[in-house]
Amino acid sequence: MAEQYVAAVDQGTNSTRCILFDRRGRLVSVAQREHKQYFPRPGWVEHDAAEIWRNVTRVVPSAIRQIGAEPSQIVAIGITNQRETSLLWDRRTGQPIGHAVVWQDTRTDRLITELAGDVGVDRFADLCGLPLTTYFSAPRLRWMLDHTPGLRARAERGEVLFGTMETWLIWNFTGGPDGGLHVTDVTNASRTMLMNIETLQWDDQLLAAFDVPATVLPEIRPSSGVFATATTVLPGVRIGAALGDQQAALFGQTCFSPGEAKCTYGTGSFLLLHTGKEIVRSTHGMLTTVAYQIGSEPAAYALEGSMAVTGSLVQWFRDGLGLIHTAAEIETLARTVEDNGGAYIVPAFSGLFAPHWRSEARGVIAGLTSYITKGHLARAVLEATGFQTLEVVDAMNADSGIALKALKVDGGMTANNLLMQFLADLLDVPVVRPMVTETVSLGAAYAAGLAVGYWPDLEGLRSNWHRAGQWLPNMDPGRRATEYANWQAAVQRTFGWIQTT
Amino acid sequence: MPGSVQSIERAAAVLRLLAAAPNGLGVADLGNALGLAKTTVHGILKTLHQVGFVEQDHSGAHYRLSDAFGRLGDTYLDPNELRSRAINWADSLASRSGEVVRVGRLVEGKVVVVHHVFRPDDSDQDLDVGTTLPPHACALGKAVLAFDASGATRPGKLDAYTTRTIVEPARLAEELTAVRAKGWAAEFEEHTVELAGIAAPIRGLGGLVVGAVGLTGRIERICDSRLRHRANLVTMVRATAEAIGRDLREDR
Repeated sequence: MAEQYVAAVDQGTNSTRCILFDRRGRLVSVAQREHKQYFPRPGWVEHDAAEIWRNVTRVVPSAIRQIGAEPSQIVAIGITNQRETSLLWDRRTGQPIGHAVVWQDTRTDRLITELAGDVGVDRFADLCGLPLTTYFSAPRLRWMLDHTPGLRARAERGEVLFGTMETWLIWNFTGGPDGGLHVTDVTNASRTMLMNIETLQWDDQLLAAFDVPATVLPEIRPSSGVFATATTVLPGVRIGAALGDQQAALFGQTCFSPGEAKCTYGTGSFLLLHTGKEIVRSTHGMLTTVAYQIGSEPAAYALEGSMAVTGSLVQWFRDGLGLIHTAAEIETLARTVEDNGGAYIVPAFSGLFAPHWRSEARGVIAGLTSYITKGHLARAVLEATGFQTLEVVDAMNADSGIALKALKVDGGMTANNLLMQFLADLLDVPVVRPMVTETVSLGAAYAAGLAVGYWPDLEGLRSNWHRAGQWLPNMDPGRRATEYANWQAAVQRTFGWIQTT
Repeated sequence: MPGSVQSIERAAAVLRLLAAAPNGLGVADLGNALGLAKTTVHGILKTLHQVGFVEQDHSGAHYRLSDAFGRLGDTYLDPNELRSRAINWADSLASRSGEVVRVGRLVEGKVVVVHHVFRPDDSDQDLDVGTTLPPHACALGKAVLAFDASGATRPGKLDAYTTRTIVEPARLAEELTAVRAKGWAAEFEEHTVELAGIAAPIRGLGGLVVGAVGLTGRIERICDSRLRHRANLVTMVRATAEAIGRDLREDR
């Protein structure tokens, strides 16, 4: 019998990829297509959902072709996606209504201030586990309904569907206007601010508060379980999973037990700690989120520390400042000097995410003197990711009451050895990279493969995990304390930059 | 005798014009100056950009000579770039073969380890990125030495690490000829007793060898009962080198 594979479709912020995995969880082929980023106004970020679906229809066959396989060798599709990016489309024609509004978009900042009112940004935290910020979907959906003429009436008549990217893909995989299935999964729904974090259902109070009609919302399903059978692209193949990208990475790192954590280093970076079946309410700026739900089992929860700008700071150093040609060259430049020379870069480009949640903050370069060279700045860029991780780990330890013993990492930035060593030094714990760096796709594949019986259980998946690299701490505690104090002083200087009137 | 290659003549003319224009030139400027269609000039510029000879200014409208053009003798590929392109494929090789995988390149007569993937058995291992290996005594080294035209990066004295290390220059030359013919390099207890290895060259744009990828492990795992390097491992290593090369040659 020909070998069988699981296809992961990773609909990311910059590109859409299809990766095939074999039974031992090894990557066998990759196909990728970037999509256009639209920046119509300062702070606005949009995607064309029709372009994204077209890319899906191209990368999936391309990944299969690469290894000379047949579509019949694919046993399941697992979908993972950029979270919180929101879209409305016409139920009859299947056409998107305007562009999708991306998670980085800050157009809803005024709406957020209004909604927070006198109660503050934690107004809905008890219900949904999240603070009010421009990051999540509900304010965005409300904005679209308010700013598109006639849309609210159409929505109330049931002519319009809402979804995050996995919902859009599943609807299209299952026929679109011709019988498409309108569903989401608990992890993606947990990022909308509309789902009750305990009942895992849309919450009437939240719907009323955001003034969103229930008619537009998809049905919430478990993350791992057969959603439907695809009728196009891979007709006859079952869609076995959907998870938000960071939850997928937690799954791909096989963090299946309470206390296990991972941090994924990409455009932004996200540390997730499995907290089991228990909902942990953060008092230190972490988000409460759903980690996954397998079939009819109870959901697993996680605490999340989100850092908005990490890899994108390196991109800015390359594209905005032109000091390097490729992202990887930052390590070469950083190694031209011994240390940061006293310079610290706090990348509060669109405010600060965890643990501060300060939308009025803006970035600073602190400690500039004439001694500072581009090498020092390159170090400061990489160290910013390290310091932000330390802030999140400190907050996470305080919330969970257990100190992290090792950090499992993944994502593109783990190719940067200087950063990985700095992380180990700063956190004072080993930093461990697994054999598959593409854990987002791997997690979606695992969850889908479990649903169709390609893999029997979680323990089987654990045995696929292997250590590919490890960095051990080697920094003088005094120096660590001084560096962290300097960073914290620099962070203070970003606060209050945008004056709210 | 074959005639001259027109596109290289045109590329040389573009480079001369750019060298004489410190503020850079646009596609139209170059097309007018050379009497060439804009699409032709654009194609030449795109290729020159890809090989790193010209760069675009911030707006993307003007091209100028890149500073790398003046340092053509230096290594053109950043080692950290090589690692970031190699990482997925090197992981996959370690996972399939069950052995330690390294990516290396030749710097001043030594093989510098650019990337290291642990043997996937979760035993205690230390990362050795940045350490050096003697090129004549390991598969990674022989895979790059075989394609090194300069001679300048050849090791001066051939030190013995085991009784099997090749220490005579003539024998090394023979061995490198064999590597060129096969397209991969073998190691058999030449660096460490009981260890064997397999490595293949990574070819960037234009076929330039920018480094090598290879695996090492105990003899009984790398070689068959007749002490020949296992064909399935050789195929995996060569496919990995080819995949990394393809990634490097793709325009991003």
